[in-house]
Amino acid sequence: MLSFIARRLLYLLPVLLAVSLLTFLIASLLPGDLAYVILGDQATPEKVAALRHDMGLDEPVWWRYLSWLGHVLEGDFGRSFRTGQTVLQAVGERLPVSFELMFFAEIAGLAIGVPVAIACAVRSGGAFDRFMTGSAFGMLSVPTFLSAILLIYLFAVELRWLPATGYVPFGEDPMANLRFMVLPALTLALAEWPGIMRVLRSDMIATLQEDYIALAKAKGLKASRILFVHALKPSSLTLITITGINIGRLIGGAVIVETIFALPGIGRLLVGAIYTRDLIILQGVVLVVAGGFVLMNFVVDMLYAVLDPRIRHGHA
Amino acid sequence: MATLELVIDEDVASGPVTRTRRLGPLFWAAVGWTIFILAAAASAGLLPLPSPTDMDMLERRAAPSVLHWLGTDGLGRDELARLIFGARVSLTVGLCGPVIGLTIGGALGMLSGYFRGRFESLVVGSMDVLLAFPPLILALAVTAYLGQSLLNLTCILGVLGIPAFMRVARAATLTLARREFVIAAQALGATHARILLRELLPNVLLPLLAFFLLGVAVTIVAEGALSFLGLGVPPPISSWGSMIGEGRESLEIAPRLAFMPAIAMFLTVLSFNLIGDTLRALTDPRQGAL
Repeated sequence: MLSFIARRLLYLLPVLLAVSLLTFLIASLLPGDLAYVILGDQATPEKVAALRHDMGLDEPVWWRYLSWLGHVLEGDFGRSFRTGQTVLQAVGERLPVSFELMFFAEIAGLAIGVPVAIACAVRSGGAFDRFMTGSAFGMLSVPTFLSAILLIYLFAVELRWLPATGYVPFGEDPMANLRFMVLPALTLALAEWPGIMRVLRSDMIATLQEDYIALAKAKGLKASRILFVHALKPSSLTLITITGINIGRLIGGAVIVETIFALPGIGRLLVGAIYTRDLIILQGVVLVVAGGFVLMNFVVDMLYAVLDPRIRHGHA
Repeated sequence: MATLELVIDEDVASGPVTRTRRLGPLFWAAVGWTIFILAAAASAGLLPLPSPTDMDMLERRAAPSVLHWLGTDGLGRDELARLIFGARVSLTVGLCGPVIGLTIGGALGMLSGYFRGRFESLVVGSMDVLLAFPPLILALAVTAYLGQSLLNLTCILGVLGIPAFMRVARAATLTLARREFVIAAQALGATHARILLRELLPNVLLPLLAFFLLGVAVTIVAEGALSFLGLGVPPPISSWGSMIGEGRESLEIAPRLAFMPAIAMFLTVLSFNLIGDTLRALTDPRQGAL
């Protein structure tokens, strides 16, 4: 197990390094000089040259990358030249909101996907199974921003049950916070459950034909216990895999959902930084999100190896 | 999907005797819609439509009429014309982006699956770096720096598709390269180029094309998301995503302004998904049997 972790960690380092390089290159090599952005179009060439010198923009690219990476490793991701806030402060404030959103979205996605998958697998080929398989396929074609608008129209405009946009911190008023979270989390969950359901369903159909399920039935165990405990257990690997694969899409979806529902999360920070051309914040957020994404995938890999010994011994 | 699975069940039940696979009415409906929307987008300039950018401030959010078949939007522009010209943008990006992924990713995948060794490690490693970014985040960041234009949008979304196409092509090549007909060609002294182009490519192309159609669906959604956020093609050019974004502002007064482009986009994405999934099931018998 230790050697497996060591091997994966060794692979992680070059990937993280390459991610930081790519993030830096996107920000430095593409058109749009930072000095011009800060000073505006009216700036005199002398002023721009002076600022470029101050910020070290006239140094060679590889040197700027190394010094930037050095600062990042010391925990200094830079500071917004618009608000004066450091990247870490801005990200730290916004991260809990995004985590809360993604947590509820994943829970809701599982809460819809798992029971539906089980119900479909029990009578595979039946009317309910065909209807839900069809719906899941249809839902895969509904973009996040589309279901968001549909939910806003239904629950906020027509029925007026829930607020369309806004946010209250959980610490201030937990109930209000949850009310603001329902629609955004549900929007993301609508994109999550089809994937969960489709994979779990085919997994489950195979599991239900195993001998030990027949044995459990013969022992007279309750159907709900057989389905939710005995039959679901071997699918735990599958569920972790889908969750891992979904993280990337979930982050992308969170960007859109946070923008639509005006949630002050990391995605809105990113989009806001793009609108105001706050390049330092943009660069920092991309690095934090991509780095976090790589680490999360690493954790999923580890979980996988813990649950299935064949993987860490390379027999998979 | 439902019809698709039914068809396969019948095939299994009746054994290998019946070779023809019925594709079902849903599949043909999807093909029909795709052809319709492609034709409308291609002939947008020739159709007797009002201009999609001419504003009429007296006719804002007007109901459907003889003059404006689907009414007008928040700036008094003809909704039908904007829908059809919007299809142009969505479909141009949606079709051209995956072509980039198909050619570059397909070539890289075949070469790495055939030659293996260091080259394969290098390709797979660099694709891992590209996959280390959540796709939408990378697309947002790069458009922010490169600037918003149809060409930039297509290129970015195309490049983002390369890893997926690479994986499909590599997986197919890996299994095919060990088959008898490839070994026979090698024994006959065929060059690498000949084996790759004449023996492997025809076999890899079919799964790649099925995947291409799924890629079109994903790219249309991604373009829609970027345009919805106001980071797609710059106004006044319409795209389905930007129309939905504008329609969101008037959800309480005129919900149809958001829902009409939404329905168009949903049907198009669904159609490409359906066609792609059907073809994938046909080209990959193992998956179809599930």
